[in-house]
Amino acid sequence: MNAPDNLTAPHSDTALPRLIVIGNGMVGHYFLEQLIETGVHRRLAVTVFGEERHRAYDRVHLSEYFGGRDADSLSLSESDYCDLNGIELHLDEAVTAIDREAKRVTTTRGEYAYDQLVLATGSYPFVPPIPTLEETTESHAALVYRTLDDLDRIRNAAESLAERDIRRGVVVGGGLLGLEAANALKSLGLEAHVVEFAPRLMPVQLDDQGGDALRRQIEALGVAVHVERATTEIVKGETHRYRMNFADGEWLETDLVVFSAGIRPQDRLARESGLAIGERGGVVIDETCHTSDPDIFAIGECALWNGQIFGLVAPGYTMARTVAGCLSGTCEPFSGADMSTKLKLLGVDVGSIGDAHARTEGAVSYRFIDEAGHGYRRLVVSADGKRAIGAVLVGDNSYYDTLLQYVQNAIKLPADPASLILPQSEGTPLLGADALPETATICSCHNVSKGAICQAVEGGCSDLSALKAETKASTGCGGCTALLKQVFEHELESRGIEVDRSLCEHFAYTRQELYGIVRVEGIRSFEALHERHGKGHLGCDICKPAVASILASCWNEPIMEPSLVPLQDTNDTFMANMQKNGTYSVVPRIPGGEITPDKLIAIGAVAKKYDLYTKITGGQRIDLFGAQLHELPEIWSELIEAGFETGHAYGKSTRTVKSCVGNTWCRYGVQDSVAMALTIENRYKGLRSPHKLKFAVSGCTRECAEAQSKDVGVIATEHGWNLYVCGNGGMRPRHAELFATDLDDETLLKTIDRFLMFYIRTADRLQRTSVWRENLDGGLDYLKQVVLEDSLGLGDELETQMQHVVDQYECEWAGALKDPEKLKRFRTFVNDKRADPDIIAVSERDQPRPARPEEIASLAVEVTS
Amino acid sequence: MSTTATASASGERTKAGIRLCTRQDLVPNSGVVAWHEGSQIAVFAIPAGASTDLELYAVDNHDPFSGANVIGRGIVGELGGELVVASPIYKQHFRLRDGQCVEDESRRLRCWPLAFDGDDVVLLQEDSIVRA
Ligand SMILES: Cc1cc2nc3c(=O)[nH]c(=O)nc-3n(C[C@H](O)[C@H](O)[C@H](O)COP(=O)(O)OP(=O)(O)OC[C@H]3O[C@@H](n4cnc5c(N)ncnc54)[C@H](O)[C@@H]3O)c2cc1C
Ligand code: HEM
Ligand code: SF4
Ligand code: SF4
Repeated sequence: MNAPDNLTAPHSDTALPRLIVIGNGMVGHYFLEQLIETGVHRRLAVTVFGEERHRAYDRVHLSEYFGGRDADSLSLSESDYCDLNGIELHLDEAVTAIDREAKRVTTTRGEYAYDQLVLATGSYPFVPPIPTLEETTESHAALVYRTLDDLDRIRNAAESLAERDIRRGVVVGGGLLGLEAANALKSLGLEAHVVEFAPRLMPVQLDDQGGDALRRQIEALGVAVHVERATTEIVKGETHRYRMNFADGEWLETDLVVFSAGIRPQDRLARESGLAIGERGGVVIDETCHTSDPDIFAIGECALWNGQIFGLVAPGYTMARTVAGCLSGTCEPFSGADMSTKLKLLGVDVGSIGDAHARTEGAVSYRFIDEAGHGYRRLVVSADGKRAIGAVLVGDNSYYDTLLQYVQNAIKLPADPASLILPQSEGTPLLGADALPETATICSCHNVSKGAICQAVEGGCSDLSALKAETKASTGCGGCTALLKQVFEHELESRGIEVDRSLCEHFAYTRQELYGIVRVEGIRSFEALHERHGKGHLGCDICKPAVASILASCWNEPIMEPSLVPLQDTNDTFMANMQKNGTYSVVPRIPGGEITPDKLIAIGAVAKKYDLYTKITGGQRIDLFGAQLHELPEIWSELIEAGFETGHAYGKSTRTVKSCVGNTWCRYGVQDSVAMALTIENRYKGLRSPHKLKFAVSGCTRECAEAQSKDVGVIATEHGWNLYVCGNGGMRPRHAELFATDLDDETLLKTIDRFLMFYIRTADRLQRTSVWRENLDGGLDYLKQVVLEDSLGLGDELETQMQHVVDQYECEWAGALKDPEKLKRFRTFVNDKRADPDIIAVSERDQPRPARPEEIASLAVEVTS
Repeated sequence: MSTTATASASGERTKAGIRLCTRQDLVPNSGVVAWHEGSQIAVFAIPAGASTDLELYAVDNHDPFSGANVIGRGIVGELGGELVVASPIYKQHFRLRDGQCVEDESRRLRCWPLAFDGDDVVLLQEDSIVRA
């Protein structure tokens, strides 16, 4: 081949056929995974070009970028994924032209030859040609919502308005993406409006009543909805930056405009290189995803199949599998895809299945309308009344899985089909896992059937995470998580396998069950519990601390009670955190991170006297390291003298309540976040729980206290407090979820009381609130029902239990110091007053630190020589 | 305070053996540490079945995994019918009767024979064992 000099040869091994993939989006990336899975990538020299700076990321969860996730955590692969698999990935390098004659592509950086080409260029947001006033700087009037860079632009636009009292953002387009964008604006602290051209929201997926119910729910959440509004121009505003004029003479002022008026297939390259293009755009493909050029495939949102564009990931993934199959010699034709969707938009459940609009000849509909709760459900049934063919859900998606299975698998309808959408208290014939045929699709993202799941269980998969790893089910959008669990448990049961949920060899109960037993039987000691419900005669390091924690959560007796001592973890026993050389760290409580100069000096004096290494912790308090066991009582008596209390840093219990300075000092603050942090910390400071608890309070939406990464996060609003729950930092960060809004002080504390007690009552041993929440059947909605609506009638009981714990509070260190029996334990040696001679410290940056083994060795040499 | 009393009396050689500490120094179902001629001995006192008396176990306080002297502060428990103590640092289990590490066959803690002599806890010596 006579290649021109400037033709870059990406792979040195040019003997292999060259495959070029244009686009590193969701489908493009999935395609690479399929190549690797089938092993074809080794028989090809694969080069990928991505126009974006970022490697492929989870666009479906794009909105979470404003909820705390960053580009890295949204990535679909590790940064070395392509490298490790011998695939060349060129990011930030767009393909600008395809020369089909010469079989070569031109990019912004060079030219590359190909033997086969895959177009995975996705789509771009459609911005209607509305006359807009010209701006030289970055315009805020034509933002879009598709890429991470788009979201950065929106965030910057919103931040540039930070000084304004009322900031308003408008989203043009009331479809799925538009509503997500509106939610994003809301989460940035803007007043959000949605302007829709059609007479209802989500015109594609919903019918009129459905759109109406959704609209009412969304308005109730504080997003303004304007339907049947055609924007004619955007001009300079009076009270806000812009004014949008509508065809009907109305207008609306706003500071920024995000367009979400639909997507258009990104088919420019194909168009310019003469491939067949659909009338309204899209690269025409056949059932093997070939374009009109036999060497070029197209997959994902840029592809037009049978006159249809698929704006969802699942069909794109199916196309990717088809092409990977063709390249490896087993072509499975693409035969269209189900466009059913289940979503949560601004917290409102929306579902659309099959023929939602009853367009099929003779179709009959059943409708359930709940005008009070703005709920709506519609079931579309075939003319003969035998099969379900479509459905619309607004307000409650718990019906979705069952309805989808009826539609997808043509399961025979019950005698009264309406029962499928009637409120479930009236006895809906829920479709059990066993009623599903083997072919039923459980996970549509990864096309995992019930049969495949049964096979995996047969093959020995005995826990849910192993099953997910093995089959990939529920690792896409996650919509099938509940159904997967149901099928899994049913399969286990039907095989007579009992899932062993015992705490340890001494108790055949879960932590939750033990908690119930302790409460119901009023058990107050490990011995009593063990005698009545345990095995063996001693317990172990799993069950003893777990039971100690349950006893403390229930009765909050001082952990230094003689009967409790042998149960505790060493940290609880000695009320300090053991460090790696056997010394302890001492952490006095500094509620809310607020401390007087005198107390600060007192801590410094103690640290100096006992030669302790001093460090500020991540929880706004001060950690003193290097105390030996026998020094703890003296150190604590000095700290208590100075007015400190124990910080419980050693316990599975309330740690800290981080706070920002709030409206006392901060010019943005809207409430006194420090005072609230003090109230919260002082209320829950003695609380023992399945795992440690962290709190934070921010004085305004700027969120300087990072409350959304805590188990309980409180953020001030103009009208009170917003409560977030079940966040987590640490190894597996999780963003806290908004639980309740604009609470007054009293309601806030009541809600936290109930939330924490319900967690303590139902969580597993060492289960953080985040993991507990993720495993909670019914999820956040269920939690809200229990805590906010008191659906279990537990509210008063939970509050009373919390009050009992609060009333019982006593500083454990103060208690221990008064009791010579307890102090007896704080002796390094029971028969000698010396310190542990093996604890050796050296000085670093003017503070002591444990000597390293090699330093100890060289010290020993010095002494002997 | 009792600490001073025992401290002055420890190390004393009696007919039964070498005196380490007293019964009052022990914490049932848990450990304490005694100093003996440069060794650190973790002493565990476990209520023996129905009888009220305590069974004594003595293993090295030195944790071979972390290198710290912490075994006496571990949780005592039962694993597969054997009495064990869990290291408070990296949580390995050691059998009380012979110091054997459950997780790693190659690690074993040094052990000492202990007994009560009235209210004293004494370390039995080769010669005293013969006489006992
Ligand atoms: C906010 C949001 C929420 C969504 N929610 C859902 C949902 O809940 N469920 C669902 O199924 N779907 C959802 N979608 C749709 C889903 O993200 C898309 O269906 C999916 O991303 C399509 O994948 P793709 O690879 O075809 O396109 P994309 O992911 O858009 O990837 C195309 C890539 O190709 C690149 N590219 C384009 N032209 C070139 C060129 N010339 N050279 C190099 N690179 C190029 C682009 O920069 C882009 O990175 C959502 C989309 C958004 C934006
Ligand atoms: C504040 C915003 C949000 C944050 C911080 C967030 C965070 C997360 C995180 C960390 C995961 C786990 C991902 C993993 O395990 O790899 C996740 C999963 C998921 N998210 Fe979100 N999310 C947010 C909003 C949403 C919204 C609005 C939806 C629905 C439209 C959604 C739907 C899901 C689903 C279905 C899963 C999978 C759940 C499962 O596997 O059990 N998330 N999210
Ligand atoms: S089903 Fe998902 S479609 Fe549905 S969830 Fe499974 S991973 Fe997505
Ligand atoms: S969160 Fe607190 S410190 Fe930050 S801006 Fe708001 S009030 Fe000020």
